[in-house]
Formats: sequence, C-alpha cells, structure tokens
Amino acid sequence: METPPVETSPRETSPIETSLEPTVKGPPPALKRPTGRLAGLLAAGPGLFWLTALLALPCLSLVAMALATRGQYGEVVWAFSLENLERLVGYSLFGWSPDILWILLRSVLVAAITTILCVAVSYPLTFHMATRSRSVRVFWLILIMVPFWTNVVVRTYGWLLILGPQLPPAKLAALLGLIPPGGALYPGSFAVYLGMTTTFLPFMALPLYASVERLDWETLEAARDLYASSFQVFLRVILPQTRPGLAVGVIMTFVPAMAMFVVTDILGGAKNMLIGNLIQQQFGQARDWPFGAALSLALMFLTLLSLALRKSKAPSGKGTFL
Amino acid sequence: MTRGLPRALVAYSCLILLYLPCLAVAAFSVNKARFGLNWKGFTLMWYQKLFENEIIFEAAVNSLILAAISTVIATVIGTALALGLERTAWPKNALRLFETVVNIPVVIPDIIMAVALVFAFSFLKRLSSVFELGMGALIIAHVTFQISFVTLVVRGRLASLNPETREAAIDLFASRIYHFRRVTFPLILPGVMTGAMLAFTLSLDDFIISFFIHGPESVTLPIYIFSSLKRGLTPETNALSTVISLFTVILALLAERLTRVKANS
Repeated sequence: METPPVETSPRETSPIETSLEPTVKGPPPALKRPTGRLAGLLAAGPGLFWLTALLALPCLSLVAMALATRGQYGEVVWAFSLENLERLVGYSLFGWSPDILWILLRSVLVAAITTILCVAVSYPLTFHMATRSRSVRVFWLILIMVPFWTNVVVRTYGWLLILGPQLPPAKLAALLGLIPPGGALYPGSFAVYLGMTTTFLPFMALPLYASVERLDWETLEAARDLYASSFQVFLRVILPQTRPGLAVGVIMTFVPAMAMFVVTDILGGAKNMLIGNLIQQQFGQARDWPFGAALSLALMFLTLLSLALRKSKAPSGKGTFL
Repeated sequence: MTRGLPRALVAYSCLILLYLPCLAVAAFSVNKARFGLNWKGFTLMWYQKLFENEIIFEAAVNSLILAAISTVIATVIGTALALGLERTAWPKNALRLFETVVNIPVVIPDIIMAVALVFAFSFLKRLSSVFELGMGALIIAHVTFQISFVTLVVRGRLASLNPETREAAIDLFASRIYHFRRVTFPLILPGVMTGAMLAFTLSLDDFIISFFIHGPESVTLPIYIFSSLKRGLTPETNALSTVISLFTVILALLAERLTRVKANS
C-alpha cells in the first residue's frame, strides 16, 4: 500500500524546488515513516480494545465459567467441576436422561430443516427474479429486503395473530381435523417452521440471487437441448454455478436458526425448545450461569463447526460475506 | 415457457408470506374490537391511545436515545478502526488476529454475544456503576456489535479508493492530518454514513442483546412488545408494532437511497 520513499527526484534540482528549501527539509514527513504503525495503533486501538475486553475475552472466559458451579442462591462458585459438561450430555443427580441432548439435536435439526425449506423456496424465487426486466428486478430485490429490516418480535407476533383460533387458517385446519375445533395453530412445529422460514428467507434469497443473476443461461439451454432431465440440469449446471451464493445463504440461515430464541419462544411452546431458549432460561428463571456458559460453549462449537465445514467445502465463496 | 408459471407462483407466495405478518398486525391495529380478532370496523383510536400511553412513550424515548448515542460512539470508533486496519502495513498475522476480533459480532449468534456481555458486565460493575444493568450498559453493549458493522462498511469503502490520490497528496507535502481531512475523509464519508445508518437500524431492531442487558428502567420498544405478548395483548401493541415497522423500513430505504445517490455522484 505504502509508496517507498523516493529520495532522488529530478524535481528537487529545479530552481523552484530549491527556493522552497528553507521551509521544507528533506522528503515529506509522511514518506519518512512508510509503516506508521504508531498512528495505526492509535486509530485501531480503541476499537480493538473495546471488542477484546467486552467480547473476545468474555467469550474465552465461557470455558472457565462452564467449569465453575452454581451456588445455593444462583451465584457463581469458582470451584472446579465437570458437572456442567456432564449435564450437557445428560448426566445429573438423577442419572442419565436424554432431555438436554435432545434439545441440542433438535436445534441442529430445526435449523437444518429451516435451511432446506429456505433453499427449496429460494431457487424458484430467485429464478423468477432474475428473469424479470432490469427495473422489475430492482423492485423485487427491495421487496425481499424490506421485511429483513422489520423487527423479528413484530413479525413473529404477526404470525401469532394470523394463526389465532378465530381466523381462516386455524378454522380450516380444524375442519380437516388437524387441530381440535376452536384451537389455534400455535404452539407447535408448524408455527415454528412457518415463523423460522419466513424470518430467514431473505438471508437465503439475497445471497443466492447474487449468484443466480450471474448464471450462464446458455449452458442451461444447451443441457436441455441435450435432453438432460430437470434434475440433471439442476445438479450438473445450476448447482455448480450458484454454489458461492448458496454457501453464503446456508451459513447465514443455519447459524442464526440454530440459536433462534424469539420464534420458538413465542410460537413453539415447551415441546419445541431450542438451545437458545435453554440458554435464556439459565440467565432468567433458573439463574444457573455456569450451565448457561456450558450451553453457550456447545452452541459456539456448533457454530464454528458449521463455519469450518463451509470453508473446507466451498473455498470459492471465500470473502463474500463472512 | 412452461417453467415460468410454477416459479412465479412460488415467488408470489413468498412475497405474501413475507408481508402477511406485518400486514395482519397493521390490519388489527385499525380494528375497533378491544378483545378477540373479529373485525368490528375501522378506527384510529388505538393510535391515539398509543401516543397517550406513558410507558410506551418512555420505551420509545429509550430506544431512540440508545440508538442515537450508541451510533455516534460506534461510528467514531469503528471508522478509526477501519482506517487503522486499512492504512497501516501490519504484519500478516497481526492483521489476521485483528480481523478475527472485528468479525466476532458478525459470525457468532446474538445470544452468545449477549451471554458474553452479561459476563463482562458482571465483572466490570465492580469497577464502575456504568456496567450495572441499565441504560449505560445497554449503550456499551450496542456499541460493541455496531463497531464491527461500521468497520466492515468503512473498510470496504477505503479499499475501493484510488491509492493515487493519496500518493499525489503525499507528493505535494500534505501532512497526514491535512491529507485525511481534505482527501480521505470526504471520500469515505458516504461509507461512514452508510455504516452509521446500518448501526442505527441494528440498534433499533435489536431484541436479544437488549433483553439480556436491560434493567427495569431501560425497557426498549422490542422488549416492551415481547413482554406485552406474555402479559396479554392489547390493540395498542398492534398500533405500536405498525409504527415501528414503518419507521425502520423508511429509515432503511432512505439509507439505501442515500448511499446509491452518493455512490453515483
């Protein structure tokens, strides 16, 4: 980035330059310090310190907290124990139970199904968008982006209203015998998946669109001319070309979906609890910070694992979003 | 084309599903019925009640103060951080470490960030009462995630600048400060503005981190709505949600427009 100092410039010998000699001595000061690390540290220091002190170090201290124990009144007792890690895999005073493991597994499953639903919907959606005229495309992009800016609590609350017992969706479901008459469509998995998919759809559709828009349509036509089935066209032509956008979309959907707290709390009920809800409980009613730290570590591990998988699978998408 | 129709159907269904929740809230906000969801006629009564409700007014003021103060702090720190990272010849490993630190809030889930901040504050409150759960702690918490987004946006802008302007300025004996004030800063200003707008909307929109950090005196609008879902719904909640959604959407669209105009000129 920095230019190497140029000491011998022909200009310096010109009469005008020499007349400036008393005021300017030698090369300009900026060139004397080609790195300027002190200035860089002064500029970057406060921000780096802020993020390190409040985020990086506390994240690392999760490990220490997870190895501590909960006191009688919910305070943290700094006595080393593996109790919380054992609880994470299901062991407690009352023997082994699969409850916690089941919640961890369900978090991954719900996130995976949400991601798959978003992918399944986003391909037709982005293909429809990409085949519009230029101005219509911009309009669609804005339409997809706007809900992304509305608050997730408000949107989830909207679903709570729509799925309520007096409205057509619940009445229809009752008529079909799916729910008892007069009941609501929440809490339950249907409401959770509806809420999750609509929350994360823009996260999937927008990065995928960036890839679909750049698709080489002639290869598609060529494949069809050669009697490739729709499935083959998707697998051999569309998928390889849209992989970068898809990879970004999958990460941007899967990671926050795994940690989802709002949608499952409002629409899910106790049977649909995810790890995010469990973590919140440890910091709310249960007041068990060490166990909360252990759960957070588990979530962090799952997050880093999915990021690592993505890096090893799709190196071409590097540096696009994350 | 035969493929066009099913695609269009999926695409329009997506739009409907994306907008239905907000439209439902808006529709019920002008419904006369106090209880239940049956349509009883049009009214703007709930909006009037909304502006008379002191608790909601306080939550709105809290949200705006929080967003404004944290955005100013985060924009200054984040811009400096971007300049420090981009304009200094750091050793490769140091730069990678710095980038990792900056990327933490973008990569890790909000709820882990909230837990980490709760931990940090529980230690730091022994040093200063600013870190007691409440408005001060909320501002610090919001700045923490905003810094990263400001830095990412401004760094992107810095990287796209033409290095020749800098070389020209140095050739003409401009001091570092003079060069920054007259050349770099005007050029990155659109990026700084976009970063600030993004930070402001993220702060207004945040629920999870505020939910973990807030005290009884510092309820923000998303927290108010969430807790009113637990207490039992009132039509004011519908009106409030509609107002918030419109506000953030208009803000976001303005930011979009602003950056596009600035980028073109």
